[in-house]
Amino acid sequence: MRVRLTAESVHSELVRRIEEYSGQDLMACYQCGKCAAGCPVAFAMDMLPSQVIRYAQLGLVDRLIESKTIWLCAACQTCYTRCPKGVDLSRIMEALREIVMFEQGSHINYDSIPPEELAEWPQQAFIGGFRKYAL
Amino acid sequence: MKVSYFPGCTLNTTGKGYDNAVRASAAAVGLDLVELPEWNCCGATYPLIVDNMLELAAPTHILVSAHEQALDEGHEAPLLTTACTTCYNVLRRTNHFIRNHPEERERVNAFIEKEYAGEVEVKDILHVLRDDIGFELIHEKVQSPLKDLKVAAYYGCMVLRPPAEVAYDDPDNPRSLDDLMAALGAVPVDHPHKNECCGAYLAVKAPDVTREMAFTILKSARSSGAEAVVTNCPLCQFNLDRRQREMTQFHAGFAPIPVYYFSQLMGLALGLDAGAYGWERHYVDARPQLRALGLWNG
Repeated sequence: MRVRLTAESVHSELVRRIEEYSGQDLMACYQCGKCAAGCPVAFAMDMLPSQVIRYAQLGLVDRLIESKTIWLCAACQTCYTRCPKGVDLSRIMEALREIVMFEQGSHINYDSIPPEELAEWPQQAFIGGFRKYAL
Repeated sequence: MKVSYFPGCTLNTTGKGYDNAVRASAAAVGLDLVELPEWNCCGATYPLIVDNMLELAAPTHILVSAHEQALDEGHEAPLLTTACTTCYNVLRRTNHFIRNHPEERERVNAFIEKEYAGEVEVKDILHVLRDDIGFELIHEKVQSPLKDLKVAAYYGCMVLRPPAEVAYDDPDNPRSLDDLMAALGAVPVDHPHKNECCGAYLAVKAPDVTREMAFTILKSARSSGAEAVVTNCPLCQFNLDRRQREMTQFHAGFAPIPVYYFSQLMGLALGLDAGAYGWERHYVDARPQLRALGLWNG
C-alpha cells in the first residue's frame, strides 16, 4: 500500500489533538506489536491496535477516523499492561472516538437495539456503552 | 468489621441476586457491609481523556459519602467496598487520581463543594474477603462444601488492569477467586483465559463480537475440564451467560455451561438460604447442576 507523507499531515492539528486528549506521546511507540498480539478484539478489527498508533504517528488520521477498530476497543487495558513503553493505547482510542463524535455526533443507533435485549441488559452495559459511543 | 458498601446500579437491578448473596455471605463471615446512606452512579467507565474533571465528579461524590459515613458511624477506618468490579475500577482509579493530582483535586472539590483528598481506601469485595476476613476463616465456616465441583474462575479486566492502580492479585495469573473456591470445597481448574476481556459494554454495539469473545473464554474453561464458570463481575456474568444461546447455533458441539457469581456459591457453601440469589435470571439454568450435586433443593 502506498502512502504519501507530508510534514503538514505529520504535524497536523488532528495529531496534536490526539496527543492532547489522550495525554500520550505517540512517538514513544516503536511498533513491537505486543498490543496487537494481546488484543482480544483484534479478530474483529479492520486495523490492528499497533496500526492505529502507526497511522497516528504518520499523520494519516483520515484512515483512523474511518476505521471500525476505534469503536471495537473495549478499554480492557491489556495493551497498556503489556506495552514496554507504557503507552496507554486505550486513551488514544478514546481520543479518536471523541474527535469523530465531535464532528459526526453519536456513534450508536438506539433504535437498532431490540427491545427484548434492552429489557435484559445490565445497567452498567448501557451506561458504559452510551458513554463510549454517544456524546 | 464495618465496611462501607456501594452496590451500584447493576447490583440494584439485574444483579440483585448477586447483591443478596454478597450481603448474606459477608454477614455470615463477620463482614458487616453498611450500604452508603446516599449514593449515585459511578459513571460505569473510568474517563480516559485528559480533560476528565466532570466525569470524576460522580465517583468522587461516592468517595465523599463513604468518608462521611465512616466518620459518622465510627468505622475503624474509612474503607469502601463494592461487589461490582466496574464500580471498583472506577472508584479505585478516581481515588488514585485524586490522591496524586492536587491541582485537579481542587477543581473537583470546588465543583462538588466538598473537601476530599483520598482519605478512603477502596477495595474490591474479594480483596476484603481475602485479606481482612481470610479464606481460612471462611473455610472453617463452610457447612456444605461444594462437592469438588470443577470451576473455572473468571476475573475479567476490572480488578486487574491497569495493575499499578487497581490490582490486588497477579494480573497475569490471578489466584484470589480460585483460592476462595478451593476454600469452599470446589476444585478450581486453571485456564489461560481467566483474565481475558469478555467485551464488556461492547455488547450494546456489537453483540456478535462479544459472543465470540465469550465463546473463546468458555471454550478455554471447558477444555480445561471445568463444569462451571464462576465470576465476580456482573457484566462478565451476563456476557458469558447470555450469549450461550447463540453459541449453540454458531459453534457445533458447544455444550452450555453454568456461570455463577462467586457469592452464590459462597452462600450455598455457608449453608445459607439461597432462595433470593437470582437463579431465575440465569440463561443457562444452574439449578439442575446444583440439584445433581445435592447443593440445592429449591
